[in-house]
Amino acid sequence: MSAPTITADSITATADQPVQFYDLDEHAHPEGHSTMLGFWIYLMSDCLIFAILFACFAVLGGSYAAGPAPKDLFELPLVALNTAMLLFSSITYGFAVLQMQQGKVKGTQLWLAITGLFGLAFLGIELYEFHHLIEIGATPQRSAFLSSFFTLVGTHGLHVTFGTLWLVVLMVQLGKHGLIAANKRRVMCLSMFWHFLDVVWIGVFTIVYLMGVLR
Amino acid sequence: MSDPHHAADGAHEIEMPHASMRDYLIGFILSVVLTAIPFWLVMERPLSDGATAAVIMVFAAVQIVVHMVFFLHMSPKAEGGWSITSLTFTIIIVVIMLAGSLWVMHHLNTNMMPSPHDMSQLP
Amino acid sequence: MITPQPAPATGPFLGKLSLDALPLHEPILVVTFIAVAIGGIAVLAAITRYRLWGWLWRDWLTTVDHKRIGIMYMILGLIMFLRGFSDAIMMRLQQAMAFGGSEGYLPPHHYDQIFTAHGVIMIFFVAMPFITGLMNYIVPLQIGARDVSFPFLNNFSFWMTVSGAALTMISLFVGEYAQTGWLAYPPLSGIAYSPNVGVDYYIWGLQIAGVGTTLSGINLIVTILKLRAPGMGLMKMPVFTWTSLCANILIVASFPILTATLTLLALDRYAGTNFFTNDLGGSPMMYVNLIWIWGHPEVYILVLPLFGVYSEVTSTFSGKKLFGYTSMVYATICITILSYIVWLHHFFTMGSGASVNSFFGITTMVISIPTGAKLFNWLFTMYRGRIRFELPMMWTVAFMLTFVIGGMTGVLLAVPPADFVLHNSLFLIAHFHNVIIGGVLFGLFAAINYWWPKAFGFKLDVFWGKISFWCWVVGFWMAFMPLYILGLMGVTRRMRVFDDPSLQIWFVIAAIGAAVIAVGIAAMLIQFGVSIWRRKELADESGDPWGGRTLEWATSSPPPDYNFAFTPVIHSLDAWHDMKKRGHQRPVTDFRDIHMPSNTGTGFILAAFCLVMGFALVWHIWWLVIASFVATIAYAIFHTFNYKRDFDIPAATVAAVEDVRTRHLAAGA
Repeated sequence: MSAPTITADSITATADQPVQFYDLDEHAHPEGHSTMLGFWIYLMSDCLIFAILFACFAVLGGSYAAGPAPKDLFELPLVALNTAMLLFSSITYGFAVLQMQQGKVKGTQLWLAITGLFGLAFLGIELYEFHHLIEIGATPQRSAFLSSFFTLVGTHGLHVTFGTLWLVVLMVQLGKHGLIAANKRRVMCLSMFWHFLDVVWIGVFTIVYLMGVLR
Repeated sequence: MSDPHHAADGAHEIEMPHASMRDYLIGFILSVVLTAIPFWLVMERPLSDGATAAVIMVFAAVQIVVHMVFFLHMSPKAEGGWSITSLTFTIIIVVIMLAGSLWVMHHLNTNMMPSPHDMSQLP
Repeated sequence: MITPQPAPATGPFLGKLSLDALPLHEPILVVTFIAVAIGGIAVLAAITRYRLWGWLWRDWLTTVDHKRIGIMYMILGLIMFLRGFSDAIMMRLQQAMAFGGSEGYLPPHHYDQIFTAHGVIMIFFVAMPFITGLMNYIVPLQIGARDVSFPFLNNFSFWMTVSGAALTMISLFVGEYAQTGWLAYPPLSGIAYSPNVGVDYYIWGLQIAGVGTTLSGINLIVTILKLRAPGMGLMKMPVFTWTSLCANILIVASFPILTATLTLLALDRYAGTNFFTNDLGGSPMMYVNLIWIWGHPEVYILVLPLFGVYSEVTSTFSGKKLFGYTSMVYATICITILSYIVWLHHFFTMGSGASVNSFFGITTMVISIPTGAKLFNWLFTMYRGRIRFELPMMWTVAFMLTFVIGGMTGVLLAVPPADFVLHNSLFLIAHFHNVIIGGVLFGLFAAINYWWPKAFGFKLDVFWGKISFWCWVVGFWMAFMPLYILGLMGVTRRMRVFDDPSLQIWFVIAAIGAAVIAVGIAAMLIQFGVSIWRRKELADESGDPWGGRTLEWATSSPPPDYNFAFTPVIHSLDAWHDMKKRGHQRPVTDFRDIHMPSNTGTGFILAAFCLVMGFALVWHIWWLVIASFVATIAYAIFHTFNYKRDFDIPAATVAAVEDVRTRHLAAGA
C-alpha cells in the first residue's frame, strides 16, 4: 500500500550516481486514476446513510402505533418479483461491462438500455406498492414504523432513479464520444453504484420485508 | 502500468478490474439461490421463526459477499488494497452504529418509556 | 411550557414569505443590517471601481487550485468568526446584566437564536472551514503533489460551504433562526413546537454545507492515498498529513450520519412523518442518539489536524525531529477509531442506565490516553531542543497549558455520577470551550502564523501578534474559569436571566474576559493589516523562513501554480530536512510541460442553485424548489458533457517561473 515507486536505481545511491531527490523523468499519473477509489469511498459514505436508515428501522420498526404491521401490508410475491428485476438488472449491467471490455459501443449501449428497463420496472413496481399502501391508509405519517419503512425503501428507490438517469446520460455520452477512457471510467463508476444498490436491496428485502413478516 | 513512451501525456489506461462472463454467471446463479431460499422459508415456514430469522440473515450476509466478489470484483488487490480496507472500516463503523444504537435505545426505552404498555399498541 | 408561535400563512407564489419576515421591529437587527448593507455596497463598489470582477471570477471564483481554495476557506472562516464572536459578546453582556429583576436587553426568542447561531456558526462555518482550508493548502504540498485528486470537486465543496453559510446569515435579516440550541433536539425542533422557519434555515444550511464537507473529505483521503510523491510510504508522511488523513476519514465516516439524521428531522417537519415526534411511535431520544454518533467524531475532526500542526511546529521550532513519530501515528489512529465508541457520554443523563453509562464512561476515559501520549511526545521533542519562541511556538505552549485543563475536566465529566451533577451546566460549557479554544483555535493561530509566509510571501508582524496572543490567553482564562466555578455551583447553561445576585460577579468577570478576547481579535486583524502594509520588509525570499522540515518549505513563497516543477523523490521522514542535509541540487534546466486542471464556473453555479433551493425550501416556495432542483441537476449533467477539463503549462513558462526562484534563492544565499 505504499506510494508508486520508481525504478530502484534512481532512488538508491551508487558509487557514481548521487542520491536522486527529484523525479526528472516523471511519468504523470494517468488521467482519472483516482476516480475509481474516490467513487468507492463515496459509496462507503452512502453506505453509512443507509446504515442510519436501517438503524432507525431497527429501533422504530416495531412502533406500529396501533396501526398496520408488516404482516398486514407486505405482499412477498411482489417483493420477490421486484428483487428479481433488480438482480436481472445487475447481470445485464455486467453484460454491458463485458461489451465495453470488447470495445463494442453499441453492445454496451444495448445492455445499458436493458438494465435501465429493468430499473424502471423495479421503480414501477415499487411505486405501485407505495400507492397501494397509501390508498389503504398505511401512509408514512401513520406511525414511526411506516415513516422508517417509506424512508428506507424510498431512499433506495431514489438512488435507483438517479442511477437510471445517469445511465441514460451515459448512453448519450457513449453515442457522442464512444468508449474513450473517460467514458469507460464512468461506466465502471455506474457499475459500482448499480451493484451497490443491489447490495443495499439485499439488506432491505431481508430486514424490512422478510424479517418484518416474521416479527 | 507506466509506459515510458507516453510519459508526458498521461494518456495510458488506468487499471480497471477485469470482468468475466464466468464471474457474472456464477454470481447471478448464487444470488438467485440465496434469494429464493429465504423467500421460500418465510412464505412456507418450514422452520421456527427464530431459526428462519437466523438463516435469512446469514444468507443475506453471504449474498452480499457474493455481490462484492463476483459483481464488484472486490479483492485485497483492488486499488492497492484500499478498497477492502475502506470496506472493512465501513463495516466496522456500521456494526458499531447499529449494535450501539440498538443497545442504547433498548436501555433507554426500558428505563424511560411509560409502562406497562405494549409498544406496538401505543398511540 | 413554551407557547409555540403561530405559523405564517402560505401563498402559491411566495410560500410563507412576506414582508412580516423582515425583523423591522428589532433595533439590533435593523442597525446590523444597515451596517452590513453599507459595508457590502462599499465592497461591491470598490470591486467595480477597480474593475476587479474579471480577475475575481477568473482567479478566485472559478479556481481549482487547492492553494487558492485553501485561502478562500480561511477568509470564509474569518468572516464567520466575527459573526460568531459577536453572538458571544451579546450573550456575555446579557448574562452579566440580567440580575436583580433586570431582564437584560435581549428578549427570550432573540437570546435563544443567538446561542443557537453562535454554536452552529462556530462549529460549522468557522472551525470546519479553517481546518479544511489548512488541509487543502498544505497537504498536497507536504506530499509533493500538484493538486488534490479532484480539483473541480474541491471548488464545488468550497462554494457549497459558502452557500450553507450564506443561508445561515440570510436568516438574520429574513425570518429568524432556530431557537433550539446548536443540535436542534426534537421535539422542540419539530414542527409542532418550532412551526416557524428558524429550524428550516438550520437544517438546509447544514445539509448544503454538509455535502461540501463530505466531498472534501473524500477528496483529501484519495489525494493522500494516491498522490504521494515516489518514495513517500505512509510512515514517511509528515504528521500533519497523517492527522489530516484521519480527520478526513472521520469526516467521510460521520457526516453521512448528520445528513441522514437532519433529513429525518426535515421529513418530520415537512412531510409529517413520526421519527422524532412524541406520538405515533416516534422517539426523540433516537435523534439525540444519532446526532451524537455524528457529534463526537466531529470534535475529533476539529482537533486532529491541529494536533498535526502542533507536531510540525514543535519539531521545527525545537530544531529537532519529532519524538516518537510511530507512536504519534498510532495514537492518531487510536483516537480515530475510539471516537466512534464514546458518543453516549453526551447524554449520560438521558436514562440508559448503569451498564450502558459505565461502558461509555470507560471508553471516554480511555480515549484521553492517546492524546496524553501525544502531549508527552511534544514535550520530549522540546526537551534538549534549541527552542525558538516565535509566534507559532508561543501558541503551541499556550495550547499545551490550556488544553490540558480542558482535557482533565473532560475526564472528570466522563465519570457518569459526576456528569449527572454537571451535565448542561456552565461547567460543561467551560470544558468544551476550553478544549476547542485551547486546542482548535490556538492551533489555528499557530498554523496561521506558521504558514502565512508560505501562502503570501511575507511573515506576520510579531508585535501585534504578541498583543493578540496575550489578550487571547488572558482573556480566555478570564472568560471561562468563572464558568467552571459557576457550573460547580449548579448554574445551568443557556440561561438568560438569573435570580441569585451572588452569581453576578462571576458573569461580570467572564464578560470582561470576553472584552479582552475582543481586543485580541482586533489585534490579530491589525496584525494582518500591518503585515500586508509592511510586506516588503517582512518578505520571505527563500520559501523556508523557519528552517522547516517538510516538503511545503521546498517551494517558493508563495508556491507556483504547479507547486513542484519536478516531483520530489522521498527517502526519509522530514523529507525537506533530509534534502537540505544531504545537499540536494534543485534542477534548473530541462523543464517539461506540466499538466494542470482548468478553472470552471460550475461549482459556483451549482452552489448558487443550491442556495436558492435551500431558501425556497425554508419558505415553502415549492415552484422554486422544483425549478432550482431541476436547474441544479440539469447543469450538473451539462457539466459532465465537458470532457476538456485540463491544459498544459508550457515548459517555457515553467522555466521562467523557476528562473525567478533561482534568482531569489541566490540573492538570499
